Amino acid sequence: MSGGEQGAARPQVPLLHDPRFRGILAQALTALVVISLIWAAVDNAATNMRARGIPTNFDFWDRTSGFDVNQTLIAYSAISTYGQAFWVGLLNTLLVAGIGIVFATLLGFLLGVMRLSANWAARSFAAIYVETLRNVPLLLQLLFWYNAILTPLPAPRASLGMPSVTLTWPDAPSFALALAAAGGAFFAARFARSRAEDDARELLASVGAALGWIVALVALLFGASVFIGAPGGGVLHWGGPAGVYLNNRGLLLPDPRFGPGFEWVMAALALGVALSLAFGIWARRRQALSGAQSPLALVSLALILGLPLLAFFAAGGPVTLEYPVLRGFNFQGGVRVLPEFVALLLGLSLYTAAFIAEEVRAGVQSVARGQTEAAHALGLRAAPTLRLVVLPQAMRVILPPLTSQYLNLTKNSSLAVFIGYPDLVQVFMGTVLNQTGAAVQVIAVTMAVYLTISLATSGLMALYARRTAWAER
Amino acid sequence: MAERTTPSFLRTEPSPVLPPPVFAGGAVKWVRENMLAGPGSALFTLVGLAFIVWATPGLVRHLILDAVWTSPDGVACRAPGAGACWSFIARKLEFFLYASYPRDMVWRVNLCLAMGAVLAVWLLWPGAARKGLGAALFFIVYPVAALVLLHGSEALGLPKAPTDLWGGIFLSMIVATVGIVFSLPGGVLLALGRRSRLPVVRFFATLFIEFVRGVPFITVLFMANTMLPLFVPASWSPDRLVRPLVGVSLFASAYMAEVVRAGLQAIPRGQTEGAMALGLSYWKMMRLIILPQALTVVIPGIVGIFIGLFKDTTLVAVVGIPDFLRTVETARLDPAWAGPTISTTGYLFAGAFYWVFCFGMSRYSLMMERRLAAGRKR
Repeated sequence: MSGGEQGAARPQVPLLHDPRFRGILAQALTALVVISLIWAAVDNAATNMRARGIPTNFDFWDRTSGFDVNQTLIAYSAISTYGQAFWVGLLNTLLVAGIGIVFATLLGFLLGVMRLSANWAARSFAAIYVETLRNVPLLLQLLFWYNAILTPLPAPRASLGMPSVTLTWPDAPSFALALAAAGGAFFAARFARSRAEDDARELLASVGAALGWIVALVALLFGASVFIGAPGGGVLHWGGPAGVYLNNRGLLLPDPRFGPGFEWVMAALALGVALSLAFGIWARRRQALSGAQSPLALVSLALILGLPLLAFFAAGGPVTLEYPVLRGFNFQGGVRVLPEFVALLLGLSLYTAAFIAEEVRAGVQSVARGQTEAAHALGLRAAPTLRLVVLPQAMRVILPPLTSQYLNLTKNSSLAVFIGYPDLVQVFMGTVLNQTGAAVQVIAVTMAVYLTISLATSGLMALYARRTAWAER
Repeated sequence: MAERTTPSFLRTEPSPVLPPPVFAGGAVKWVRENMLAGPGSALFTLVGLAFIVWATPGLVRHLILDAVWTSPDGVACRAPGAGACWSFIARKLEFFLYASYPRDMVWRVNLCLAMGAVLAVWLLWPGAARKGLGAALFFIVYPVAALVLLHGSEALGLPKAPTDLWGGIFLSMIVATVGIVFSLPGGVLLALGRRSRLPVVRFFATLFIEFVRGVPFITVLFMANTMLPLFVPASWSPDRLVRPLVGVSLFASAYMAEVVRAGLQAIPRGQTEGAMALGLSYWKMMRLIILPQALTVVIPGIVGIFIGLFKDTTLVAVVGIPDFLRTVETARLDPAWAGPTISTTGYLFAGAFYWVFCFGMSRYSLMMERRLAAGRKR
């Protein structure tokens, strides 16, 4: 068993049975078939396009479009070019996808954690939500939001207005009484529970604790409700309209106008972020050295929110809100969000949140039970266990499918075409294609945009996955 | 050192055994753990119960008590306080099912749907006999038979029913079935191509899969609709229904390929090596050893693709194909039925239809997952 055999000539096989030759042959055949198919398609397309007078170049890009778009993030009008229409559509797609991703992530994580909650109501709600929304087509949901909820809303003159809530200093003694009742019931419940020694008292105590909590909650709700809208002397007032209206022409919001001195607020915000970062580093070092924890969240909140707020008041309130005002049959001023945008955003966020919730649940369940038990044994409560031990480990499992859900949301935003939101597909692949007839170019450009977004995101994801990969055991 | 101090108390007999806790189990325990585990939990329970108490009467009234069950037109549904308009669904049901398909020929549609249902149950029933025959019937015989039946054939004495009359639920079923029938073999071929050791084959398969998965389904449909007629000689311009079906097949194949690839990767290398040691050729090895195992592993993933495909059939409306959801949209806008509850009733019905199918499929996939895991449990 040595070099003699290795040097021997390969056994003589017929050429057709030689694996290397067969491989080359198969590849050559594949390439031949694919290339000739593509060539035939291109050739046919050229002939057909010439016969039908379809443009074959990008000359249309700089021509005047002649149509208007009802939501534009950049300057655009009917005298703009088709190229500008493309950018309008692309920006609208990115806008709805970006905001949708934020909403879907927040809701999805909340639902995913709720689905694993020990509480029956939370668990059931999340389960019903997920199983309902992910088993109904997104298009149906979009049409429902748009045609069954938003379109039948009243006209501007009968808009639904959100009332403002104002807070005044509490001066009613009964509020204190309600608070005391709530607190008393709460502590009575805790006391009753801690005193349970035998079975009968255990039962009594648990019933008492439950009753106590219910009494405490009712007292709190009652306390709050008594003082909502109570004339004078209340805590919370439902005041006049807050400048937020919903009608069949969309959602109207106050338009913030930034006056001189606003740069000080921005500077304070930047300072707050920088200081809280520095505090975070200091706190981490201190914890590593001494084990003492610092109230990082509170301090950061105070720095990031408090400093700009101080600057805001010091600069004399440089932001004024321009409220939408009803004039005649429609509103003037304010920001108007198209009902199509609202419907698309609602549909995309709620639908994708159901999928994200499932990914989060799967990720959390992938973390071994021993991790939770060890954290409990160390004395961590449920919330810190989730935040410090379980979620960081679950994130590694959640992140890849989460990115693909983000991509799905971005791709699904093309369903805008069904309800008339001017996204890339509706503006470019719809109107521009119809007006110019340049089918091949327009479809190719649209697909290239989505393809770029997809491939860039999965590329970044692969990079991240390689950096955070677990060391194999 | 010093003498031992006597302890002030020394237990000489074991303390009495406590009786087992009576309330550590059963309903009391469940309620305590699941509804009243703490203040936050109690709040959630209270809000949940309050919501149920608040929402149930209104829902029951809207859906059952105040609903309009029998009415020849929309007048009763327009009455103030009227609930869901179920008679709208009942009167439009035929339209939802067949759209404009000639009414004297709908037996052909029904026959196709029944054959499809029988074959689907045969294939999906765990442990059903002769699945190979069932698969051959479903993937080869059934599509041809259904096409002849639905489209008509002069030779068989079946009058033609042009595709622009097709629509409704049966068209949605056609789109879904075509997607399923083409995506499985297409997906397997693409997955094998992507895992092939031949670089040219791998390149083309990867290019196709990544391209199709990177773009929205609507753009694939647009492409199939407007570019397919350009890519073939003008004389064989495809039928307006065939174009989106090609798009659906390509799209579903690319997604199926990734699921099948996951299954192929899950099969240990020893299986390949064993098959090669036995002298099996590539195709024999795949057909007899690798694919049966790989496809079984990914049954849940395959069903997941089918669920997505079934939901995505609604998008063919973008190229003018009147699928089920489009017929609901058309019926909803019928002036004879115009009313404040028509839209919600229509969407509720459509939602229930899609939900029953998709939820059923996902339960089926869960059941299969459990059955498959049974063999690997320790």
